Amino acid sequence: MDVVSNLLLGLSVAVSVQNLWWCLVGCFLGTAIGVLPGLGPAATIAMLLPATIGLPPLSALIMLAGIFYGAQYGGSTTAILVNLPGEMSSVVTAIDGHQMARQGKAGRALAIAAMASFFAGSVCTLLIAMFAPPLAAVALQFGPAEYFSLMVLGLVASIVLANGSILHALGMIVLGLLLGLIGTDVNSGAQRYTFGLPELADGIGFVIVAMGMFGVGEIIANLETGNRGHKTVMGISRLLPTGDDLRRMIAPTLRGTALGSALGILPGGGATLASFSAYALEKKVSRNRHEFGNGAVEGVAAPESANNAGAQMSFIPMLTLGIPANPVMALMIGAMIVQGIQPGPSVITEQPTLFWGLIASMWVGNLMLLVLNLPLIGFWVKLISVPYKYLYPMILAFCAIGVYSLSNTTFDVFLMVLFGGLGYVFKKLDCEPAPMLLGYILGPMMEEYLRRTLLIAKGDPQVLITRPISATLLALAVILLGVVLLPSLRASREAAFKDG
Amino acid sequence: MKAISSPKDFWAGVIYVGTGLAALWWGSEYRMGSAGRMGPGYFPRALAVLLLCIGIIALVRAFVAKGSPIGMTAWKPLLIVLASCALFGLTLPRLGLGAALLVLCLGSAAASREFRFDPVAAMGLVGLIVFCAIVFVKGLGVPMPLLGSWLEPVLGDALPWLR
Repeated sequence: MDVVSNLLLGLSVAVSVQNLWWCLVGCFLGTAIGVLPGLGPAATIAMLLPATIGLPPLSALIMLAGIFYGAQYGGSTTAILVNLPGEMSSVVTAIDGHQMARQGKAGRALAIAAMASFFAGSVCTLLIAMFAPPLAAVALQFGPAEYFSLMVLGLVASIVLANGSILHALGMIVLGLLLGLIGTDVNSGAQRYTFGLPELADGIGFVIVAMGMFGVGEIIANLETGNRGHKTVMGISRLLPTGDDLRRMIAPTLRGTALGSALGILPGGGATLASFSAYALEKKVSRNRHEFGNGAVEGVAAPESANNAGAQMSFIPMLTLGIPANPVMALMIGAMIVQGIQPGPSVITEQPTLFWGLIASMWVGNLMLLVLNLPLIGFWVKLISVPYKYLYPMILAFCAIGVYSLSNTTFDVFLMVLFGGLGYVFKKLDCEPAPMLLGYILGPMMEEYLRRTLLIAKGDPQVLITRPISATLLALAVILLGVVLLPSLRASREAAFKDG
Repeated sequence: MKAISSPKDFWAGVIYVGTGLAALWWGSEYRMGSAGRMGPGYFPRALAVLLLCIGIIALVRAFVAKGSPIGMTAWKPLLIVLASCALFGLTLPRLGLGAALLVLCLGSAAASREFRFDPVAAMGLVGLIVFCAIVFVKGLGVPMPLLGSWLEPVLGDALPWLR
């Protein structure tokens, strides 16, 4: 069979001593840096990218993939232990994971996260191997209208997921979309909202916005309420999940993996949308939904499996179309170009060893993470015993250095200060930063796709509803929005978040 | 005039309307183009108008709906944390990583209610600076100056390994 022979080809290169070594180094470094609060996968990859340039292309990509998985898992660890998600995709893990940690179940939460991630990673490796080539063909039929509608659906979904007022979720999305437009307009080359500052010509890095709003803003809010961080953390009773935990995580992990794989292929969705949607889904269907927000096992297993599945599936648009689904994939594309590889449909046929080697190494990397992290969990758990008053200056230091290292300019540090202040203000006003960040990533892409859609249709917006796939996606978005706006459902949604 | 009954809605509305107007104002020179040929001003303007509408709804709601009060603003942590991060940015190129981290950590630590001198914390701070210098600058090659442009001429000859 094709899939088997392709995977064997991939494995034969991925398990060479050299590539295994770089995969291990990547996983370890990725986790070690990703576990530092405030440093998500994008920042970690950006920081470690220069270190891989000297390697052969496949080793470099394998190491970067390892760093990515490691950072992803490290980010979840931090989300669970200190409630400081390094990036969007672990935001929802923090909700229940951190509650579990507060109840002294940190070890169990981490083990559940690791196992759910590994399961999702294994399934997705197989899925990618089977479906990447045919999916590339399907995705190629997506025109700009479909992409645009897809992103609208993604944004509407994030409104449903936002905790609190729907109006403010909408407002934050539009604010994010607008902020995303800062920089050079790709089409005309016009400088928009740059105020003549060359530092703004490429826009504001997503990591800066995320670190400011989630890192710095969060720290200020924590200091306001007094140092609640360290006193409520109980001792770690056990590291391995109980039988009950395992039983409870099976269905959410399966659902999370399915949802994550489905959403992960879509540009703009990836790990973030996947984890948010999986959490929302569990909250609706789980038998234990009353426990959500108070340390539900499902609330960790579902988003963790979904974000790993989504993260892995986001390689598909990157590898087959050369489209970054998220900032991390944008960095991967950058790394490929540095290595002299032009990402796109031709990679599968022209560089099969590279393509299949990378896919096989995904599974190897996931296995390595499980092997590496379960024994090291004790080490990560120790981090939480550091009192918050010692921890937060350190977090700030790593945030500042991390932001600086993105493009080696102090200008970015000042931007982080700005977004830190904004993050605190929005927190005070009950405006969720998550929808804003989603809008922020999608802003430039949506503009581009809308522009192309209307260009092809000669300015007639009806094309969005006359093309069947696009119409379906938009209809889903409208239904979703209608559902949250219905008074009766609205009341239950508010009740759900109040429980949470 | 009716009193504001939902201050959170009010201030969020102010932010939306303010941003929307600012986006329209600064974007007023961007070419609009037509729907078929969107110029650089088309999408920003559409978003700005949308944000303006959302802001107006929020403002209306602020006077109609009942909302919870905003609560006290934590000015001290807000200003201290932001200022120490900004100081990091200012000192890094001039006095180098060590001094910048010192300023950032000591400065931000002062925002805590439990701040006092503590030998363990002081050692931890020194450890952090050494760790960051070794891992980020030497290990990962982040081009951060260890001495900075002001200290370099003074200490550069005496401590050449810090260059």
